[in-house]
Amino acid sequence: MDKVQLGEFAKSLDPEIEIKEGRQFIEVTIPSPKFYQFAKKIRESDETYFDYLSCLTGVDYGHDLGVVYHLFSTKYNHGIVLKTRTTDRENPHLDSVSDIWKTADFHEREAFDLLGIRFTNHPDLRRLFLDSSWGYPLRKDYVDDINIVTK
Amino acid sequence: MEEELKDIALDEQQEYVINMGPQHPSTHGVLRLVVSLKGEIVKNVQPHLGYIHRGIEKMCESITYPQIIHLTDRMDYLSAHINNEAVCLAVEKALDTEIPDRIKVIRTIMSELTRIQSHQLWWASFGMDLGGLTCFFYGLRDREKVLDIFEETCGGRMIVSYNCPGGLMYDIHPNFQKRVKDFIKYFRKIIPEYDQLLSGNVIFMERSKGIGRLSLEDAISYGVTGPSGRASGFSCDVRKHEPYSAYDRVKFNEVLRHDGDTYSRYMVRIDEMRESMNIIEQLIDNIPEGPYAVKMKPIIRLPEGEYYQRVETARGELGVFIISDGNKNPYRVKFRSPNFVNLGALNHISKDFKIADLVAIGGSLDLVIPDIDR
Repeated sequence: MDKVQLGEFAKSLDPEIEIKEGRQFIEVTIPSPKFYQFAKKIRESDETYFDYLSCLTGVDYGHDLGVVYHLFSTKYNHGIVLKTRTTDRENPHLDSVSDIWKTADFHEREAFDLLGIRFTNHPDLRRLFLDSSWGYPLRKDYVDDINIVTK
Repeated sequence: MEEELKDIALDEQQEYVINMGPQHPSTHGVLRLVVSLKGEIVKNVQPHLGYIHRGIEKMCESITYPQIIHLTDRMDYLSAHINNEAVCLAVEKALDTEIPDRIKVIRTIMSELTRIQSHQLWWASFGMDLGGLTCFFYGLRDREKVLDIFEETCGGRMIVSYNCPGGLMYDIHPNFQKRVKDFIKYFRKIIPEYDQLLSGNVIFMERSKGIGRLSLEDAISYGVTGPSGRASGFSCDVRKHEPYSAYDRVKFNEVLRHDGDTYSRYMVRIDEMRESMNIIEQLIDNIPEGPYAVKMKPIIRLPEGEYYQRVETARGELGVFIISDGNKNPYRVKFRSPNFVNLGALNHISKDFKIADLVAIGGSLDLVIPDIDR
């Protein structure tokens, strides 16, 4: 399916989602409570069959925290970008997709480690690189006077 | 940490827990694996990372795009040139820069040379991990010849930093074509030697056939790409599916095998070296004339938006994801590094094999630790 068809298909799954046509992929923003169900549908549907999660990126948007998923289909060779956000910076919770794509397990641990996003239903959510005394360095409000020199 | 280990060691399963690494010869870097054993059988492998975590993604947020290229060298230092290329392609695509053919062809040749030298080093150390010390000398002897070509043209041997947004840092050395052709001629004769030494060796086959099997479904689900994924039949070669640089004008086969065991992962890499030589042979005599770099603005600002570029490194798919807010620094950069993702499957594929097989399985995934930690 091309970008337009994918957008229409996504809209038919859930009319409330936001769709934006990016330069490379169609970008679909899904409200966080519905994200898991949407991801499961788009993975299992025979028409889209997004079985390969290429990249999972945690992003700090300043006010919100969000996650960007780059998905590809090995059957149809098309790609899509899914996005979801949470406004709660103190205690951000998003649904884990590690039971849909196993590779999400490691990616989510990384996002938890560096951005502090907690993924509910993750099998083993521990910090990956840093120890528990660190803050969350990829957040924009992270302060480290010693190691980060700002001019 | 000691408390933690004690708790696991005395669990009801009567499993014995040992640390493999962080300084272990077969992990090729500072990777610590906490291995739970029942007798000699591996029951659980938990990687502990972060020993060389440098925060490259955070550093990228405060530097400019041409500077980022030099950090990518330090991720997967065996695919340094391909990492550079990924960032350059992302920037060029964002700015809609037209890249002349000469640059595309040189980049492709250099990428394939990088792939060959990376596989040579992998072959050398993989043989050594399994007890064949001769491999190490043979592999490094041949790799040196590629590094000499790099040194002459790029000035660097491993950390080449030869790409810049809009082209290359400098033109190729006048000797470049001749030396590459000499190397191919030499290496075509040498590769059967690799096969004699290791591929057909009975001891080696006993130790690698049927070990660490990864099914096609699991390879896709775990996102295992590169030679390790292709050994399970996962057609994941970005050079084929999303051709970049000059890959759309050369003929080559995507090496696929379907057993998914350690031996398949080994054979895929050996065959890939041959394919890489085919690609170079098609291009080396046809380097078009033209400039070696396009003039870019002194300060590169990407238009606001998101850019995702995938390339095929020697270890799998490297994804560069850039979010730009229109400034000279990116807002967020994420590197989807192949080693990080491939490591995720280690626990799954080494379960119920012996601890000596863990060395073989780890070696066949060809992990480079700085790329995992970033």
